[in-house]
Amino acid sequence: MGIVTRGFGGRREVDPDVPPGQYVTDDFPVLSTGPTPNVDEDRWSLEVRTETGETRRWDWSALLALPAEDVTTDIHCVTHWSKLGTTWRGVSVDTLLADVETSADFVMAHSFGGYTTNVPLEDLTDGRAWIAYEFEGEPLDPVHGGPARLLVPHLYFWKSAKWVRELELMTTEDLGFWEVNGYHAYGDPWLEQRYA
Amino acid sequence: MTPWLAATVVGTRALTAASRTLVLAVPGFQGARPGQHVDVRLTAPDGYQASRSYSLAATGTDERVELAVAAVPDGEVSPYLVEVARPGDVMEVRGPLGGYFVWDPADPSPVLLVAGGSGVVPLVAMLRARAAAGSGTPFLLVLSVRTRADVMFADELSDPGDGVTVRRVVTREADGDRPAGRLGAADLDATGFGPDDAPAVFVCGPTGFVEHAATMLTGLGHPAARVRTERFGGTS
Ligand SMILES: Cc1cc2nc3c(=O)[nH]c(=O)nc-3n(C[C@H](O)[C@H](O)[C@H](O)COP(=O)(O)OP(=O)(O)OC[C@H]3O[C@@H](n4cnc5c(N)ncnc54)[C@H](O)[C@@H]3O)c2cc1C
Repeated sequence: MGIVTRGFGGRREVDPDVPPGQYVTDDFPVLSTGPTPNVDEDRWSLEVRTETGETRRWDWSALLALPAEDVTTDIHCVTHWSKLGTTWRGVSVDTLLADVETSADFVMAHSFGGYTTNVPLEDLTDGRAWIAYEFEGEPLDPVHGGPARLLVPHLYFWKSAKWVRELELMTTEDLGFWEVNGYHAYGDPWLEQRYA
Repeated sequence: MTPWLAATVVGTRALTAASRTLVLAVPGFQGARPGQHVDVRLTAPDGYQASRSYSLAATGTDERVELAVAAVPDGEVSPYLVEVARPGDVMEVRGPLGGYFVWDPADPSPVLLVAGGSGVVPLVAMLRARAAAGSGTPFLLVLSVRTRADVMFADELSDPGDGVTVRRVVTREADGDRPAGRLGAADLDATGFGPDDAPAVFVCGPTGFVEHAATMLTGLGHPAARVRTERFGGTS
């Protein structure tokens, strides 16, 4: 027996581009666990660390020197908003991993400020994830993760770690910050994988 | 996966002209901690559903959920909850959710609470949990509202108990000696709640308010790791 809420009509049309339980907003709400860390570009760097401890590191100018891609995509936040047709510019994670030897299946993204989130490696490869540094044609605002954030648009947006500083390759799955705090380990918006 | 639970409205009470408390009976709901929230889902007769998150205004009573909702103009869900729902109506609730924006009554640190508008709701849950625990932990609540009439839980906050101070910041009209104006660093600076006192800091409200308050708090010297935030959305 389904529940029907008396007196509630709802006012939005169902849009096939919008996952269940989401509503479309034109705003870009901010969700993070604490204050925005302000990371200067000259302090910024990104590291990829393999399961054997090998590392590769890019500072800001090295990141900008890598081939960039323009990405148009929808984003879906676990707090129920979706934003359609957002545009980003950044470096594909495939490019960063091109010369990296690994047999890891999992990645922990680490951010300036201490945030972490876990993602299967295959979800970051094959053109599905980027290190993004521009949003809608402008440098990425610090409140939205600037100077650079991970962008994994096919998963709930908490996986797109703001202020990213390291991708740690792991052979076993560890849970990140929200995932330890009751959110789903994978986070597919189309399956409504919000909570564990 | 936390399941959706059937919830029946058992009571409503006006808080301000545009907000009210809803008490729901939710069989199977248990174990919430102060600061946590639930998702509320409404279903229209044609099957269309909308869900939003709402903080728990009280914790401790299993199978009962108390929400306090402010109507956002032109909103889809909040005007329904504030103006339409009445006892006997059914909806669904999932939770409790969120394990980070939570006050632990066993933590002896002083507590600095900073709320914008309806952001006071989870902080009221913390004040109530403090009272229920018989805790003497010093609390300061800095509450920013547009006008004096917009204070939710005004009666309860006018007599918050020993060791609890409430500081009101009114942004759109003068309030006693304080001229109208948005929250400033001086409003957040108080003896016993400075960085040296290492308070646990909880900031909640509309996104823009939380950014503004959290930036001032870290500017005053509170370490970022001590400042927990909950952003309700919206741009104001
Ligand atoms: C963890 C969490 C806890 C929350 N707890 C509470 C609570 O205890 N009490 C409460 O009243 N609300 C709370 N909220 C906000 C709530 O979830 C809804 O966002 C709010 O009720 C508006 O929903 P709506 O469907 O009426 O408006 P929508 O139809 O979603 O939005 C209509 C318009 O209002 C804007 N808007 C959306 N939310 C807000 C906002 N909060 N302030 C200003 N403008 C906004 C939107 O951008 C949009 O333009 C909480 C949010 C989160 C994420």
